[in-house]
Amino acid sequence: MTAFWIILTGSLVAICCSLLGSYLILRRMAMVGDAISHAVLPGIVLAFLFSGSRETLPMLIGAACLGVFTTVIIELFHQKARLQSDAAIGITFTWLFAIGIILISFFADNIDLDQDCVLYGEIAMVPLDMIVSATGWQFGPRPVWILGFTLLLIITFISIGYKGLFITTFNPEYAKAIGISTVFWHYSLMSAVSLTTVVSFESVGAILVVAFLIVPPATAYLIVDDLKKMLILSSIFGLLSAISGYYLAYLINGSIAGAMATMTGVFFTIVFIFQKIRTKNATQVPNF
Amino acid sequence: MDDLLNFLSFSDPNVRFVAFGTMLLGAAAAIVGTFAFLRKQALVGDAVAHSILPGVCLAFIISGTKNPIYLLIGASISGWISMLAVDYISRNSKLKSDTAIGIVLSVFFGLGILLLTSIQHSGNASQAGLDKFLFGKAASLTADDVTIFGSVAAVLILVVFLFYKEFKLISFNPDFAKSIGLPVKTLEFILSSLTVLAIAVGIQAVGVVLMAALLITPAAAARFWTHQLWKMILIATFFGASSALIGTFVSYSYPSMPTGPWIVVCLSMMALFSIFFAPKNGIVPQLNNQKINRLKIRNENILKLFYHLGEGNKNFFKGYTKQELLASRDFRIQEIVQGLDHLKKANKVRKLDDYWHLTSTGLVAAKRVIKLHRLWEMYLNQKLKLAPDHVHNDAEAIEHIITPEIEKLLEKELNYPKKDPHQSTIPYND
Repeated sequence: MTAFWIILTGSLVAICCSLLGSYLILRRMAMVGDAISHAVLPGIVLAFLFSGSRETLPMLIGAACLGVFTTVIIELFHQKARLQSDAAIGITFTWLFAIGIILISFFADNIDLDQDCVLYGEIAMVPLDMIVSATGWQFGPRPVWILGFTLLLIITFISIGYKGLFITTFNPEYAKAIGISTVFWHYSLMSAVSLTTVVSFESVGAILVVAFLIVPPATAYLIVDDLKKMLILSSIFGLLSAISGYYLAYLINGSIAGAMATMTGVFFTIVFIFQKIRTKNATQVPNF
Repeated sequence: MDDLLNFLSFSDPNVRFVAFGTMLLGAAAAIVGTFAFLRKQALVGDAVAHSILPGVCLAFIISGTKNPIYLLIGASISGWISMLAVDYISRNSKLKSDTAIGIVLSVFFGLGILLLTSIQHSGNASQAGLDKFLFGKAASLTADDVTIFGSVAAVLILVVFLFYKEFKLISFNPDFAKSIGLPVKTLEFILSSLTVLAIAVGIQAVGVVLMAALLITPAAAARFWTHQLWKMILIATFFGASSALIGTFVSYSYPSMPTGPWIVVCLSMMALFSIFFAPKNGIVPQLNNQKINRLKIRNENILKLFYHLGEGNKNFFKGYTKQELLASRDFRIQEIVQGLDHLKKANKVRKLDDYWHLTSTGLVAAKRVIKLHRLWEMYLNQKLKLAPDHVHNDAEAIEHIITPEIEKLLEKELNYPKKDPHQSTIPYND
């Protein structure tokens, strides 16, 4: 049963991240996703301090604020100060992450968070956090419920906002011309990424979030050109990585989050080589 | 205060090691970071920093010891592979380079964590301390570490000094470098190797995640202060080294404070200050400049309005009410109120009852703007052969920018014309 809950948690994170990550990649914002997943740390710590517990709601609000703040700062540095965008991203997230680590050390006595957990999470602990009713009935681990709810939210967000996201992703100029707000969809997407990051943070840490945000969508993007297919395919790659990652971790007795991230890379490499061979064959001049 | 004196006297050997070690690192990272920044490879540094972890772990598994030389070799090799991988993926697929960076960064780091935890769980007693690579161990640097940092920093500085001109060229214009026969590939290889080396060493001070800051932030901050490469390197080095010193001091005074993150926060503060307040390039001076220009244009436009009205009435000193002025040109009411106020202080207009009049100084200023406008129209018409009905809008913008030197040139070039293309008189102040 433990294995089931861990794999389920990993899979839920994988699908949430893969869906949002597809948009990030198409919008050329892969590293912004990386930046957000690091920069939400001070938000989480501050939320801890104010609420005094691991309540989900304050953490969500804290992280969402920080996530949006990060993108605003990056834009400000890039647009107003004319700093090249990669440097703007690099400065912003390291700065916020450093503040987060300092806050953790400063309030070490009040906060039940350690540095390692920030990086690679405690997915193995997920099954211990069961919701138990008064009659002793087990409803499953708390993180699974939270992640499941997040996934529902994301699917709702994507299906309701499909058209807006689609147009602002592929043709922002046209979107502006027909009166669809690019700013609105930009920040909605960024908030969704921040939310997913913070929900996943506890169980899988910052690294796996980044891996799942970027690698499965990139793998899918190598194969297909259609957004809908890309969304589905990247979820499948995410899911496969989560499942196989669990068994890899079991095999060599290592971190589950690390193994899942490794597996996303394995699938990417396989698809990359496969595509490479296929295009090579396709472009070969036939001999007559 | 005592803390500060104690700290600065460097009497505590531990303080000495930590302070010098981190300062050397900060300086070395800033130097290579400047080139990485200019070659738009700032985030590649981040990817390399993350990708060093599996190399360190594999080196440990293979060698079975924590000998820093082995670990450094392992780190450099996997750092190198990651750099090649980013390059290969973005070159050979439709994925953009930032996506490639993200893929390499997260997968290599995931692999590193997997190996690290696997080593930890294996119960090998000598592994303790490997996890220092994650967050750095600045506070526990030893004399040996400082020796290594010192030699790496010396090598870096020497190589950059020797190849300064070549590195400068491939950072700004690789195509030109190639065309004059420089071995661009080899030079890029050397520069990338230096970057990997600096990162592999630097990670031990600030850790994987924050290493990117040591590379990027000093260079980005220095960029706001100068346009010259050697000055930029010096300033970046100063930022890197001084924040290392401050960070060390903070964790010396408050032992529970981590050194690495404090170094990064100091650096970020310097960068933020530079981004906002650096003269000329900072956000605040830029906005300020824009505002000054906007006000200048507004005031000159009001003066022009007086002149145009005066031309029609054949009397430049006639007075007008605000409403009359507003009716003649499309100003917002607030603009004209503030503008007139401004001009009154500069003694260019004066107010009698409700009527505003041009003063003689105001007339001189107004004439100049009008002259520039009409001269420019003339220039476009005569020299660029633009039709008279196409020249007004251009002149409307350029009249506020032309300097006295260009003014003289224009006058001479056009031989002091009397009329503009619309047959209006060009007024000269004599």
